[in-house]
Amino acid sequence: MFIINSPVEEILEINHHIYLLKVFSPELTSIIKPGQFLNIRVSERVSPLLRRPFSVCDVEGDHLYLMFNIMGEGTSILAHKPIGSNLDILGPLGNGFNFDGNYETAVIVAGGLGAAPFPYVTRTLNGKKNILSFIGGRTKDDVITYNLKNVKEAAEDGSIGLRGNVVRLLEKNIELLKSQKIKIFGCGPIAMLRVLKEFCIKYEFECEVSTECAMACGFGICQGCPIESTTKTEQYLLVCKDGPVFNIKDVVI
Amino acid sequence: MSKVDLSVKIGSLTLRNPIMLASGTVGYGNEISEFTDLNKLGGIVTKSLSLKPRKGNPPQRIVETPAGMLNAIGLANVGVEVFLKEKIPFLKQFDVPLICNIAASTIEEYVECTKILTEEETIKAFEINISCPNVREGGLLFGNDLNSVAKITEKVRAVTSKPVIIKLSPNVSYIADFAKAAKENGADAVSAINTLVGAAFNIFTRKPKIHNVTGGLSGPAIKPIALAKVLEISRQVGIPIIGIGGIMDWKDVVEFMIAGSSAVQIGTLNFIDPSAPGKIVNQLEDYCINNGVEKISSLIASYQL
Repeated sequence: MFIINSPVEEILEINHHIYLLKVFSPELTSIIKPGQFLNIRVSERVSPLLRRPFSVCDVEGDHLYLMFNIMGEGTSILAHKPIGSNLDILGPLGNGFNFDGNYETAVIVAGGLGAAPFPYVTRTLNGKKNILSFIGGRTKDDVITYNLKNVKEAAEDGSIGLRGNVVRLLEKNIELLKSQKIKIFGCGPIAMLRVLKEFCIKYEFECEVSTECAMACGFGICQGCPIESTTKTEQYLLVCKDGPVFNIKDVVI
Repeated sequence: MSKVDLSVKIGSLTLRNPIMLASGTVGYGNEISEFTDLNKLGGIVTKSLSLKPRKGNPPQRIVETPAGMLNAIGLANVGVEVFLKEKIPFLKQFDVPLICNIAASTIEEYVECTKILTEEETIKAFEINISCPNVREGGLLFGNDLNSVAKITEKVRAVTSKPVIIKLSPNVSYIADFAKAAKENGADAVSAINTLVGAAFNIFTRKPKIHNVTGGLSGPAIKPIALAKVLEISRQVGIPIIGIGGIMDWKDVVEFMIAGSSAVQIGTLNFIDPSAPGKIVNQLEDYCINNGVEKISSLIASYQL
């Protein structure tokens, strides 16, 4: 991990209020793994003060992509970064997805902005594994399918795909999932991860999830992002250092 | 050789420069050493250690506020035994004074921790945390009570010959009284200030943003308060002060020294730019050269009121 200034090359609005920011950063693209994240200082001012963590969305040659929506002042500044200006990036941080294992199909499960890490996952596994993507959101604007493959959609308001949450969509396709050796890679809001965990336990599916938590530093010194371990109860794991990707069985969600 | 003398003294401890890293913002040194050369610094202060490991508070532990942040980590730490066995070997390889911060729930626990840790030669001084706002027992209960501060200082002083620094709470009416109690009972220095008690609410759920309800406010938002507290101690009590509170750059360091600090600690900034402390040392040297300051110690309490 290191701090680097990388120039912003492009900012696109890919869905309503969902942005994709492209930076030129060969130093990062040569080493960053799917599921790892970056902690971005959006301005040099004292407010907003802290860096903002973003998982790497995609890597294309020397270019790196971040996906975000405007949540507050920090992300608003980010969405309006001048093209050509430098982005202050600390990374790569945390542990990425573990693609090892005896499976033929990678099943991507995402809710809302939880889709952010999966374009890079898809690119990395393309040609090596079959890929099925199950993508959900509150309404069709939150169903983000950018650079994903073999997508099935669900929206809670029924505005696109199945009406309901993404785990209901998985249940609908359970015969397809049971017919092959799969490993699930998930990311999304905590409520979604909770039902995903129940689903994986019920059908005994291997599953890794990318988690999130408010944090300051992103590399272990602030101790701000604890997550309860299912095995070592005497101390917390840290989302930033021990995660953000965990085997879903290893953490209390 | 440095062209200016950046060294400062904290009791019997000489620091090569006034830049220290604050407790709870450097862990046990390993992560931050990837960004800043620890050998360049004046000193580092460990995460608070307690006799037994502490799990700390459940999430959410951190929230950002205007020009600051609230934290309620709850003194999560590995405990004295694991620290000595697993963390000291890494820290030993650096030529930088290591100051152990101790937090405890009882006076006896402060004494016991100090007794054990003082045997370790790598540890050069102790900073006694009597002012953590985020734990139920100990912490602020001690930091708000003059008798407790006096007693803890006296008892810890009795079991170590190494410098004892008392980390003071700003959540009191007259901080100088506490600095005086520390001095009169044998403390070599005080650190000022620890975080201020703060709160933040989600206006839709009406719940506090921090699981612990309140947290400790740090960052540039608290700098003017910290400077006022340092000045108060400096004017009323003759004891070395380590200034802490929202330092973001070398100018803030100079300001803290003018207000009465012999040294400073950098805290929240480490989360944002962990490479900053080393750069600040260089910039301080430039400031001294450009302003004809031969000894940086001449800045201490040089306020013109």
